Amino acid sequence: MTDAYIYDTVRTPRGKGRKDGALHEVTAVKLAADVMDELVTRNNLEDTSQIEDVILGNVTQIGEQGACLARSAVLYSDKINESVPGVSVNRFCASGLEAVNMAANQVRGDAGDVYIAGGVESMSRVPMGSDGGAIAADPYLAMKSYFVPQGISSDIIATEYGFSRDMCDEYAVESQKRATAARESGKFKKSVMTVMDHNGLPILDHDEQIRPGTDMQALGALNPSFQMMGEQMPGFDAIALMKYPHLEKINHVHHAGNSSAITDGAAAVLIGNKEFGERNGLKPRARVRATAKIGTDPTIMLTGPVPVTEKILKETGMEIGDLDLFEVNEAFASVVLRFMTYFNADYDKLNVNGGAIAMGHPLGATGAMILGTLIDELEAQDKETGLATLCIGSGMGAATIIERV
Amino acid sequence: MAEFHYELDSDGVAIITWDIADKSMNVLTLEGAAELNQHIDTVLSDENVKGAVITSGKKDFAGGMDLNIVAKMKADAGDNPAQGVFDGVMSLHHMLRKIERAGMDPKTNKGGKPIVAALPGTALGIGYEIPLACHRIFAADNPKAKIGLPEILVGIFPGSGGTTRIVRKMDLMSAAPILLEGKLSAPADALKKGMIDEVVPADELIAKSKDWVLNAGDADIVKPWDQKGYKIPGGAPYHPAGFMNYVGAAAMIHGKTRGVYPAARAALSAVYEGNQVPFDTAIQIEARWFTKVLMNPSSSAMINTLFINKSALEKGANRPDVSKDMKTKKLGVIGAGFMGAGIAFVSAKVGIEVILIDRDQESADRGKETIKGILDEGIKRKKVTQESADATLGLVTPTADFEKLDGCDLIVEAVFEDMGVKHETTQKVEAQLPKDAIFATNTSTLPITELAKASRNDTRFIGIHFFSPVHKMNLVEIIKGENTGDEAVAKALDFVAQIKKTPIVVNDARFFYANRCILPYVNEGVRMLDEGISPHLIENVAKDMGMPLGPLQLADEVAIDLSYKIMVATQKALGDDYPFSAADDIIAWLNGEERYGKKAKAGFYAYDDKGKRTGIWQGITDKYPTAEDQPEVSEVRHRLIMAQVLEAVRALDEGVLMDIREGDVASILGWGFMPWSGGPFSWLDMIGAEQAVAICDGLTEKFGERFTTPQSLRDMAAKGEDFYGGAISGKKAA
Repeated sequence: MTDAYIYDTVRTPRGKGRKDGALHEVTAVKLAADVMDELVTRNNLEDTSQIEDVILGNVTQIGEQGACLARSAVLYSDKINESVPGVSVNRFCASGLEAVNMAANQVRGDAGDVYIAGGVESMSRVPMGSDGGAIAADPYLAMKSYFVPQGISSDIIATEYGFSRDMCDEYAVESQKRATAARESGKFKKSVMTVMDHNGLPILDHDEQIRPGTDMQALGALNPSFQMMGEQMPGFDAIALMKYPHLEKINHVHHAGNSSAITDGAAAVLIGNKEFGERNGLKPRARVRATAKIGTDPTIMLTGPVPVTEKILKETGMEIGDLDLFEVNEAFASVVLRFMTYFNADYDKLNVNGGAIAMGHPLGATGAMILGTLIDELEAQDKETGLATLCIGSGMGAATIIERV
Repeated sequence: MAEFHYELDSDGVAIITWDIADKSMNVLTLEGAAELNQHIDTVLSDENVKGAVITSGKKDFAGGMDLNIVAKMKADAGDNPAQGVFDGVMSLHHMLRKIERAGMDPKTNKGGKPIVAALPGTALGIGYEIPLACHRIFAADNPKAKIGLPEILVGIFPGSGGTTRIVRKMDLMSAAPILLEGKLSAPADALKKGMIDEVVPADELIAKSKDWVLNAGDADIVKPWDQKGYKIPGGAPYHPAGFMNYVGAAAMIHGKTRGVYPAARAALSAVYEGNQVPFDTAIQIEARWFTKVLMNPSSSAMINTLFINKSALEKGANRPDVSKDMKTKKLGVIGAGFMGAGIAFVSAKVGIEVILIDRDQESADRGKETIKGILDEGIKRKKVTQESADATLGLVTPTADFEKLDGCDLIVEAVFEDMGVKHETTQKVEAQLPKDAIFATNTSTLPITELAKASRNDTRFIGIHFFSPVHKMNLVEIIKGENTGDEAVAKALDFVAQIKKTPIVVNDARFFYANRCILPYVNEGVRMLDEGISPHLIENVAKDMGMPLGPLQLADEVAIDLSYKIMVATQKALGDDYPFSAADDIIAWLNGEERYGKKAKAGFYAYDDKGKRTGIWQGITDKYPTAEDQPEVSEVRHRLIMAQVLEAVRALDEGVLMDIREGDVASILGWGFMPWSGGPFSWLDMIGAEQAVAICDGLTEKFGERFTTPQSLRDMAAKGEDFYGGAISGKKAA
């Protein structure tokens, strides 16, 4: 099998996904085109027609993110030839990683030399959930799958595995600390580009969500976000308890401070075979060793990182101890706590630069963003192997193992 | 033409009068539907007819569909019953749609003939679905009338356009109580909700309806959903305003029905899918989901038990062949405690004169106060008028004077549960009674045959077991002692019919029928604690099965001290035969701790000061720690179901229960046995005897002989038979 290499990664800063967020004024298609153009520029790719395809993760494919945003981004771009097609993919929160995995696997299967993969989400402009969805609204499916919203699922995880509000808050405080330190020491500089307007004026050059100095007291003041919908209208806890009848009740421990924030952003990854690098004078930064995805119980929904990691380890014949660094998307604190306790993973090797709780989670882009963070950190620590994994809506998981070359 | 009568008046308005001979209430039959269809054709084709009024010749419009129709549709379709049901349902849709479109030009919506529904009184189910298809609904100002769609309560949903039309008349949140909870409305209320168009004085009903027909213009008879630009009220499923309502509705229905009632799910699917397409496609979708529900054994079982068989029992299906009317005229109730007062109340409420006796005037008066309390509560909720409350109270004479019992034709004795006390009371009361009076004892634990020994005539002595609270519980167990005669049974049945409750007739055996089945359920749940099974698992699995209360909560509600007393008495009675289990130890322990249950705000559950449950009492899991390994949900479920079901089968085998219909009806009314299942015998038919045997054999091997498969069930499995002869399982088209 042909090896797939990651030549480079670029991302926008993660902007606050609200009306007062810096990236709220920037369209999703521009964010996507910007990261692709930056990737092309940095790597001096003069002939972009050699790019086989652009695969972009994007979750809420409606409004300005509708009508195949990936192709739109190619046409919006100043650098990419119109002969390059584009495809948008939706694997919810792991879309950005899934795009990378698809590109890598196409390269491995000799379907083209080079791809741009990544993702984009402007959550401030195209609200999460505004694309509807049968999983929640179609009574047949919602009842068959014991549908509950993700927040309830994160609280089921906390209840089932005994993660208290304090444990989740402590995790969140640490994520803020790590992200603050990483930003201050310039660790993200390698991947993060400045988003500019059409005049070349800067709009945002740093991750906007991080709240330095977040402590237990500040988090303690926040009300649980999912208690009302769980216990009262419409009463999702009753459904959770039908699926998990050994629980007495659901402990609602998650709130705005220990869950990932609504965020705007985009990321792009350049993936190609060896010949592509040689032809263009580029040196690969990492090899994609393995990819995996899995379906899990849709009600608890967000435990996917555990089985998908077991799957990828089995397929590669590796053990958890073989991995030098982990990026486990911080959708909710309980998701990461579950991963850590299950694998007894060393927190010093996991999300070392913080994660989505501090920086936010631009749904379609995050998977590609954390892969970039992982490569940067492997290089910084001069380590070899890392795993990126995300939990996914409707009960799925995705993972990628990379190793430096 | 026997059911719908057609008449054309001088103004050119056809009056179609629904009036089935020999029935007090109209129900739609296949013949009736064909007649109505023919009349509509006449209205639309006859040039002399300007329009029509559909009304009733009875005080009410209609009570609903004759549910036997469904069985007939299935049977007529031979090998493909689903097709038969679907086609049958669609033909009703076509007729109703013909009324609605009224011959108008499909493009211009012009040239139709106005058709009005004029409802003199109650209009339920199809009795409201027909009006919904009409162009205007007039209802007489009759506060007793009920209008609505109660189908959901017997396990189906409105499948003749009622579902599709109601969610086009009002938004989903307003329609939900009507459609998914079966809430009924009096005319004034129905008008407010937008269910009907006009409420008029009863004597002007037809005149006003005809007026409207004669004055209606083309635009007046076009339904909103047949007009251009029509929008679903409150938003269609993928309209931003509507989306969250559909998400919420699915979750609420799922939580409320615990996923075991197919009808509400199907109704909501019909709404969700239907509200995304034009009307004619929507009714087809509704018909598909309706067919799905009618083909579901749970729906057949619920219709059979809660509608067909329940009505049959109420109409005296098991009344002995005693030709004379045995209605009670003057009732003596002995013992004015909560039970006695309840019995006096339900009797006086239907106009029976009641002598309410207790040991002294004060105690008797307290009984009457209890009745007043119940009535006051009713007045507060506007369910009872002051006038009717006064009338009820006026019929109750509280007294300590046994001589006032003179002339009573029925006695219900509800004194303390003690053989000696009851014997003495029987003799003292009978001394005042005419020779042909019937003496009934209300007991839940004492054998009737023993109690009858004190009677001067044990052929006229019987058990009538009410459930508490009497005014809310609709089941009454009539228990025959060894020598109880037919007239006593007939008397008891006629009395139960008078007070509008549902009777079953059983033979005399320990705990009779209902209590016999519910006790093992509680015991099975309680003993699981000793095995280290999570109390939450026990309670949740029970509720997910469709039981109203988990076994531990039920034990708390029944009262732990009462359970303890029953336990001790049973141990004494059975001696060495008593099947001791960990449940006995646990009940004895809680009793010793004075954790008497809900009334003591302490039991298996902990309670706050107001008596609200706060969770399983910590002491339970301290003493019985939850094991690391928990059993499969299916095993817990099977144990909790079989504990009840096997007891029902044994009651039948032993001749205590004489009619499986009674066993099923009583299970749901008496102790809330999984209503979706139609009762223990229907449930066995649903899963099949073969599977039932396999489950029991497995449980016996693991948990012992209390799950021993009854030979009768084994024989049934071997012969491939079932209890209802295929009516539930659908093996035979019934």
